[in-house]
Amino acid sequence: MDDVKMEIINLNLYYGNHHALKAVTMNIRAGAVTALIGPSGCGKSTFLKTLNRMNDLTQGVKITGQVRLEGEEIYAPGVDVTLLRKRVGMVFQQPNPFPMSIYDNIAYGPRVHGEKRRARLDEIVESSLRRAAIWDETRNRLKKSALGLSGGQQQRLCIARALAVKPEVLLMDEPTSALDPVSTLRIEELLLQLKKSYTIVIVTHNMQQAVRVSDDTAFFLAGEVVEWGVTGRLFSGPRDRRTRDYITGRYG
Amino acid sequence: MDISFQQAAYSRSQGRRSLSLTEKRNRTQRIETMAESIFTLCAFLAVFAVGAITLYMVANGVPVIYRLGVREILFSSAWKPVAADPSYGILYVILTSVTGTVLAVALGVPVALLTAVFLAEIAPRPLAALVRPAVELLAGIPSVVYGLLGMLVLNPLMYRLEQVVFHGSRTHQFTGGANLLSAVLVLVVMILPTVISVSETALRAVPDQLRVSSMALGASRIQTIFQVVLPAARPGITTAVVLGVGRAVGEAMAINLVSGGSVNVPLPFSSVRFLTTAIVSEMGYAEGVHRQVLFTIGLVLFGFIMLVNILLHKIMRGEDG
Repeated sequence: MDDVKMEIINLNLYYGNHHALKAVTMNIRAGAVTALIGPSGCGKSTFLKTLNRMNDLTQGVKITGQVRLEGEEIYAPGVDVTLLRKRVGMVFQQPNPFPMSIYDNIAYGPRVHGEKRRARLDEIVESSLRRAAIWDETRNRLKKSALGLSGGQQQRLCIARALAVKPEVLLMDEPTSALDPVSTLRIEELLLQLKKSYTIVIVTHNMQQAVRVSDDTAFFLAGEVVEWGVTGRLFSGPRDRRTRDYITGRYG
Repeated sequence: MDISFQQAAYSRSQGRRSLSLTEKRNRTQRIETMAESIFTLCAFLAVFAVGAITLYMVANGVPVIYRLGVREILFSSAWKPVAADPSYGILYVILTSVTGTVLAVALGVPVALLTAVFLAEIAPRPLAALVRPAVELLAGIPSVVYGLLGMLVLNPLMYRLEQVVFHGSRTHQFTGGANLLSAVLVLVVMILPTVISVSETALRAVPDQLRVSSMALGASRIQTIFQVVLPAARPGITTAVVLGVGRAVGEAMAINLVSGGSVNVPLPFSSVRFLTTAIVSEMGYAEGVHRQVLFTIGLVLFGFIMLVNILLHKIMRGEDG
């Protein structure tokens, strides 16, 4: 239950001269949903990207400190970033299916990792869509363009696409902020299903969402983790004044 | 008394003001309507031009086909327009244009696409800033200059190659390097800038989110480019290819200078005549039936461009469904 999946030790991140993450130290428990909350620009999304090295794509980023995935340092020289990202998947704020068929969207990940067998791909497509709770809506239109789906469906498709490479950790960057309340609810229900098989880290603006879906919560402010712990405890008895101020609505 | 007077003045001024408002609105509306008509007129000018050209080409090119017969013109290879017993077969000329265009596009489009990918996806900004203006400049060079350079540089090289390839041959008619191959190479260079800049624009229009999502699934940069970015840019790339084909089919001046100019089967080392170069080089002295057949050649050329446009758009867009 208390297995640590990822361990972040004294992580600092600089965009040029801007010190965006300051000595972040926290754990991400296996099989749990960890919510990252905090006001806009506090560094929570930046932090999320450090967990699968998506910040490598941004120029001028410098990182010190350690991020370990099951004890293995992900910033060590010689780490294969594509393998890391296969193990630590990501879902973004805006639903962004590729402009291809639903089937090809899901099969994309397995294909780039070398899976060519048709039967195997069929299997992966079906199981991923099932896990993301969108199989029933798509089973009869797998060959149709994914762009024809609604926003909420597209986001579940993107979750399915991420699941298709069989990740261990799923990073979600405000996955419901572009969706309507009903779609949001469906994604939240889905998260509760998914956490049985995956470790999930979710950035959210919405504190109610953090309370509803997460086991652990970390509160970020100005690049620091102010407080981090079990969600119920953090919301019922924040130890830091700034946390209390935030959850009572005194920050943006 | 006082008050009612004020009210009367007030309502009068109100009335006047609302009157001036309607006037203003009428004037704005007139301007709006006028502007709209001007836009519409301009739009129809292009449609009118296409219609007029089509009509004109058909009116001038078709009668002679009736007179001589389709076989005699399109499917006969004997082109002797000024002989005592003239024949007007343009089969070799058509084949030359088709072969030349296909080869130029087959060689040029891949190079152009990779250059566009380099510029849009791979090149560091300073390097792209150096290459891009060079490509744009290439587009601005008048086509006849390409021809001159081809004559000066390409033809001598081709002649040397010809001497090596056909060393000791008695059947080969030496061309001095003015042959199909030279023309194709000139065409390749000429279609590069258009295809490059149009496809680069298409690649840049692909949202970054798609690249990021692909990388987040563990795809490499190259995999992302070839499997996500290029397919996503396909409509724009189709346009680029169509424009490239159009330029290759329609080019006359440059290849007129490097292709030799005899009517022959389009083989790499043969002197050849294209649809365009036939018109350019003969229109000056053609008369009667000869002149009319040159119009038929123009019609064939026109038909080709239309066909290419329709086909490529069908093929490359039809796949998403």
